[in-house]
Amino acid sequence: MTTNTLIAGFGGQGVLFAGKFLAYKGMLEGKQISWLPSYGPEMRGGTANCSVIVSDTPIGSPIVSKPDVLIAMNLPSLDKYEKEVVSGGTIIVESTLIARKVERTDVNVFYVPANKLAQEIGAPTLANMIMVGKFIKETGAVSYENLEDGLKKVVSAKRADMFDINLKAIETGYNFK
Amino acid sequence: MADKVLMKGNEAIAEAAIKAGCRHYFGYPITPQTEIAAYMAKRMPKIGGVFLQAESEISAINMVYGVAGTGMRVMTSSSSPGISLKQEGISYIAGADLPALIVNIQRGGPGLGGIQPSQSDYFQSTKGGGHGDYRLIVLTPASVQEMADLTMLAFELSEKYRVPAMLLADGTMGQMMEPVEIPEADYTPTEKDWTVTGTQMKRKHNVVNSLYLSPEELEKTNFERFERYKQIEENEARYESFMMEDAEYCVVAFGIASRVSKNAVIAAREMGIKVGMIRPITIWPFPAKPLAEAADKVKSFLSVELSMGQMIEDVKLATECKKPVYLCNRVGGMIPTPEQVLESIKKMAGGER
Repeated sequence: MTTNTLIAGFGGQGVLFAGKFLAYKGMLEGKQISWLPSYGPEMRGGTANCSVIVSDTPIGSPIVSKPDVLIAMNLPSLDKYEKEVVSGGTIIVESTLIARKVERTDVNVFYVPANKLAQEIGAPTLANMIMVGKFIKETGAVSYENLEDGLKKVVSAKRADMFDINLKAIETGYNFK
Repeated sequence: MADKVLMKGNEAIAEAAIKAGCRHYFGYPITPQTEIAAYMAKRMPKIGGVFLQAESEISAINMVYGVAGTGMRVMTSSSSPGISLKQEGISYIAGADLPALIVNIQRGGPGLGGIQPSQSDYFQSTKGGGHGDYRLIVLTPASVQEMADLTMLAFELSEKYRVPAMLLADGTMGQMMEPVEIPEADYTPTEKDWTVTGTQMKRKHNVVNSLYLSPEELEKTNFERFERYKQIEENEARYESFMMEDAEYCVVAFGIASRVSKNAVIAAREMGIKVGMIRPITIWPFPAKPLAEAADKVKSFLSVELSMGQMIEDVKLATECKKPVYLCNRVGGMIPTPEQVLESIKKMAGGER
């Protein structure tokens, strides 16, 4: 199985971090992975996206132009990439920031009020990890087991105090119905 | 062997260079290669090495020239416009027969161009770049693992032949992360008879120089250097052959273009088109032999490049134009999609051109 994922949003929403976690998680499960950020004269509030591929077979192009899964963290990202998702693919929409519905009818759509949920668990900056939880639940691209191992790779020692709350955010997203 | 870690291509280059014994890095920041300098700035002071951000690219390459004269492993890195600035120094290093590593993480050009990926410095890297008759050994990685492996190989080959080496990648390769295992290098600096390291009053002093006012002498050095280039061409051309056994069509691509093309080749195979790919790992020396052999078997070639068509000239030379060579390209920081490459393969197979 190969899952081509595009995570897109504003700079500062933790788009690259979320992608990095998924990449590490896949790697630790013995899968092939690649992670490619958009780069440019970008800053907080600008647009950011990253391509993450998790696969059982060697990865060719690391660029995700036709995603199997789109995680849209803001409206410009949904507007831009909705049409690129493969038929039968999945779109996970951050529904506190994106008011509109997905227009496509040939894809699976999940609306997650990640920012609201993040506020509720006392971690307003971790909407990204709530989306990651939902992603794991709905795609199975990486396993829900041993989340700690993946998190250890991306939460730096300096931010060790953020470890548990990251874990909680993933669980919250995973269990959101 | 160390565990696999996730690293950006740029970071893998830096760590591999350190493992290969490089303790001198001189650079100047430019997107999209800045992570190399940042990594070196962090690591070098901790291991007794030198990281120096020069006042310009020209200054950095001349510092490389200086350290190279002592026989120590040394490198610089930049991106396209910065590499243009370094050309004078590169020519001097080549003229003085010194080993050194120059990394170019290409971006779109010409001029200041853009900051998105490109392969349009192919001519500059393989056909001179600076003035005079000289070559660089040019290695083109297509994965983060190869960013590390080829960095190490570049130091070895450069030292073995006393020819400066270039690692030529692009913004995507520099920015992407993949699992990588940085190999342990068994490098021990060897005594060299040409270095300028002080004579201790025990031997005649060496001279490192690229100035020869006697034309007879200058001609001699050029002839001698080209003897070495001949050896390199015979022994060091590297490539990967993919699905070529029964291929009727051959894609030629390196670096990021080869990654995209691989998807297209697999998709075309699923449609019943017998296509394979030859991926040059060195573009100088160019793997002319496997391409010449392929020219006797396949119907046509497709050169996939992030340039207006630069490598395509070497493909035509290597195959002596025995078969048609088509071009599939995007430029200016754009990257062809696998679908675009597949379309070109389909056109080629259908003879629509």
